[in-house]
Amino acid sequence: MAAKFEPKITAFVCNWCTYAGADLTGTSRIKYQSNVRILRVPCTGRIDFMMVMKALHQGADGVIVSGCHPNDCHYTSGNYHARRRWMVFKKMMDILGVDMRRIAFSWVSAAEGAKWAQLVNEVTDQVRALGPYVEYRQLVGAGIE
Amino acid sequence: MEALKQRVKELLALAQVKAVLGYTKGTGDRRRPLFIRAAGQVDQLVLDEACTQNLAAYATKREVKQLGKVAVISLPSTQRALLQLMAERQLRDGEVVVLAVDGSEIKEITSASALEEHLARKVTHLDSEDKATLERLAAMSREERWGFWRKELSRCMKCYACRNSCPMCYCEQCTMDCNRPQWVPVASHAFGNLEYHMVRTMHLAGRCVECGECGRACPVGIPVHLLTYCTEESVHEQFGQCAGRTAKLDYALATFKADDQESFIR
Ligand code: SF4
Ligand code: SF4
Repeated sequence: MAAKFEPKITAFVCNWCTYAGADLTGTSRIKYQSNVRILRVPCTGRIDFMMVMKALHQGADGVIVSGCHPNDCHYTSGNYHARRRWMVFKKMMDILGVDMRRIAFSWVSAAEGAKWAQLVNEVTDQVRALGPYVEYRQLVGAGIE
Repeated sequence: MEALKQRVKELLALAQVKAVLGYTKGTGDRRRPLFIRAAGQVDQLVLDEACTQNLAAYATKREVKQLGKVAVISLPSTQRALLQLMAERQLRDGEVVVLAVDGSEIKEITSASALEEHLARKVTHLDSEDKATLERLAAMSREERWGFWRKELSRCMKCYACRNSCPMCYCEQCTMDCNRPQWVPVASHAFGNLEYHMVRTMHLAGRCVECGECGRACPVGIPVHLLTYCTEESVHEQFGQCAGRTAKLDYALATFKADDQESFIR
């Protein structure tokens, strides 16, 4: 019998808010699904859109991008810049027909341990329902056509 | 045409410019760029419907800059590109003389503000074929769009003509050519092609002047220009700015407004 599908979720989180928020989730002993692999970066402004694509390339079924709420950026404006980037990125993905249900964006502050748990659970459930990211896997495996 | 040739000769004779960029006869019915540096070359000049190439791509080349001040016989799309290059500080105000030909009238534009004014009266219309393709794409489901691009991009052989012909792709070292680390795969397999086109599209968002040169340059006819048109359009819609309309423009993705509106960040 085939093993039940468990999605791999890659999360890019900023050091100052979401990473601390995820830490708080743990110290508050809030349980959440263990499908997420957290990658800590200095700031959401550091997250090149290609990092998201690389995660999918390497086998992630879903990606979370999360950082400080607007106005709370440790570096003042990194998240505002990131927001613009994602606004355009989303349009590009839309025209290319990439499945954006697999990429989630959020603001989670250092005080929002519960929100982090909820976010991970929601995204994991959704991606689990969608199944493995076959479309992208096929593309990666296609080789020279 | 005779008046234009005359004017080009004068410009060169008076040493107001060191070279004039225009078009000449190419293979078959095609036109190719012409760099006029002496009066003797002027007779090779051609200007007709078949002249479509965006000559602004040459204006930033080191070899052309070394010549000194140049004049460019230009279409509105070339003019938009020149203006955007000024906004991006790749050209100085007054570094190029724009020769805008409108019917029998030749306009000589030497400053950024005059160029802005000139372009303000031009509206760019989408080519009917492009319009049809965009409408077709808009009517498709997500899966169909994915299939469309998968099929289109499977023909791409990474010749980089789309990048090289683009007036806004002026980086001397492109991230595509960087192999340590290898950020984007060089091979033109399905995945490498998708990543290449994503990078190209994102890097041109808010900077594409919608000349369509990349699509025309593609030897296998992939409508890659539609990708950059879409991100350009989205920048215009969401941030209210448009490339190639003014010489003073902050790059849309290197600036922000505290109240930028989106609806997808949870
Ligand atoms: S991306 Fe294509 S349409 Fe846009 S400026 Fe470059 S060549 Fe022109
Ligand atoms: S010009 Fe066409 S074939 Fe060449 S790299 Fe661009 S899309 Fe690919």
